[in-house]
Amino acid sequence: MYAQLVKSEGAKSRDEMSPEEIAFQERIDRGEKIEPKEWMPEGYRKTLVRQIGQHAHSEIVGQLPEGNWITRAPTLERKAILLAKVQDEAGHGLYLYSAAETLGVSRDELLEKLHSGNMKYSSIFNYPTLNWADIGAVGWLVDGAAIMNQVPLQRTSYGPYSRAMIRICKEESFHQRQGYDIMMKMAAGTPEQKAMAQDALNRFWYPSLMMFGPSDKDSVHSAQSMAWKIKINTNDELRQKFVDQTVPQAEYLGLTIPDENLRWNEEKGGYDFSEPDWSEFFAVIAGNGPCNKERLGARVKAWEDGEWFREGLMAHARKEDARRAAAKVAAE
Amino acid sequence: MTSLPDMTTPNVAGLARDAAAHARPVDVPTPDAGQEAVFEFLLRIGDNALILGHRVSEWCGHSPVLEEDIALANQALDLIGQCQLWLGLAGEIEGKGRSADNLAYLRDAWDFRNALLVERPNGDFGQTLMRQFLFDAFHIEQLRALKASADPRVAEIAAKAEKEAAYHLERSADLVIRLGDGTEESRARMQAALDLLFPYTGELFLDDATDEAVAEAGIAPLPSSLKPAWEQTVAAVLDEATLIHPGEVYQHKGGKRGVHSEYLGFILAEMQFLQRAYPGATW
Repeated sequence: MYAQLVKSEGAKSRDEMSPEEIAFQERIDRGEKIEPKEWMPEGYRKTLVRQIGQHAHSEIVGQLPEGNWITRAPTLERKAILLAKVQDEAGHGLYLYSAAETLGVSRDELLEKLHSGNMKYSSIFNYPTLNWADIGAVGWLVDGAAIMNQVPLQRTSYGPYSRAMIRICKEESFHQRQGYDIMMKMAAGTPEQKAMAQDALNRFWYPSLMMFGPSDKDSVHSAQSMAWKIKINTNDELRQKFVDQTVPQAEYLGLTIPDENLRWNEEKGGYDFSEPDWSEFFAVIAGNGPCNKERLGARVKAWEDGEWFREGLMAHARKEDARRAAAKVAAE
Repeated sequence: MTSLPDMTTPNVAGLARDAAAHARPVDVPTPDAGQEAVFEFLLRIGDNALILGHRVSEWCGHSPVLEEDIALANQALDLIGQCQLWLGLAGEIEGKGRSADNLAYLRDAWDFRNALLVERPNGDFGQTLMRQFLFDAFHIEQLRALKASADPRVAEIAAKAEKEAAYHLERSADLVIRLGDGTEESRARMQAALDLLFPYTGELFLDDATDEAVAEAGIAPLPSSLKPAWEQTVAAVLDEATLIHPGEVYQHKGGKRGVHSEYLGFILAEMQFLQRAYPGATW
């Protein structure tokens, strides 16, 4: 997850493909993994760079809404769990930037695109975390939605991406359980704590549904990605699965999902539910979410303030190289 | 402790006898320092870990490069973990039923016993690293000495924490050297950080009646006894970093007897907010 609206071209028909492209598609159809140095269509490479890059950016921007509560976590244990979780997110960013590097794009190039607004991160991280239960809701709903999308991506066609996803999924499911654990404590706590839990659910429900991206009928970029197995399920399939999984969990907590139209549909074997407000989604993507400026601003500030630090380390490394070279000359 | 599958053994009584023969006594005799002095000493070491861990955690997601975000979160995690152990033991020794959380979240600033150094603001990344280095070089000596504590509980926590502190020192010393001997700007920033923070290091090595009581009981070293080794580490690292040792400068003190800077109140206001606003709730 964390990659919404990743642009790719429409799927090519077999007649339009070159012999190389046909051979490539056949490998994917056989379930083979594509590895970094192997031939791949330029469109495949570009789409993957966008998707993996956006995913990586989401992990590092995603540190911010949760990091917002580290210094205010209510117990030492909760603080330690949250720190470990945010550290995991940074680690995910690291694997994903590394996976993108195997496609010939450096981390610095991707960051430059993030900072200049030319690459996006998931819209969800532009929502604020306002009370402690939000930390539970982010784990339960946001990581829950992410897992829904990432589990199939473990089978994605690009080897390094697939391997990164396997590792990431293990940690994400742990995070989801930790988030749900916070929700259980809050929902079973004092009336104020239960109110915080309900408030968090009210605010995170629709943004979580938006994480799967627009409805299939409006999502024009999926076909080629699905043919290449960069994307495995459609947005609507995953959203339905998420709702079906989450509703009983909310009931167990004694919380109410903020949707009057939510009801079980026996015929389809799933819940009917209201669509999120897509105009809000597009507003957030366009930069008008509640925290877009703060999130991107924080990342740009961290990067700019850290320039002297990175430069200093590079300068030291150059000096060390020079000293070693001089010592070698002196020894000869 | 036997592993879980062994619990199904038919000879449970034999297993229990066996375990009892090898168990440490539950009541560890507290060596001869007054309970209050030991409690006070544990607050000092636990509060250092808590407040420094808090400061380091403030960087989460804001550091100059992704690897630093990961490293700092890790370091904060180590320190919070150590604080849980030290404050947990402090509560046990105090014997009034206070947990580590109670001590962390329900004391006011004047009851905190951390050194002034660890509550200094993060400043730029250079100040954060310098604060860490000056503390780590002290911390490692303190923990090494505590491994020989007459109180086995103290020795055990120290042994665990020492491994983490050794890694912290390796990292902070390495970065101080690289940045000191880096660009003109990085050197200037590290020198400024050193000059700013050095006046808060003296307090780490001051002895008072509490220190003397726990040292006499063999529980902890006298802080002053740790200074020569610290001086040596600091001098060697600053030398390699091409930084100028500030020499004999005025030294601030007060933290370890509860007289803090204005910064601590804000740290606590933030840290303790939920526990204070919703007393009695469980989280």
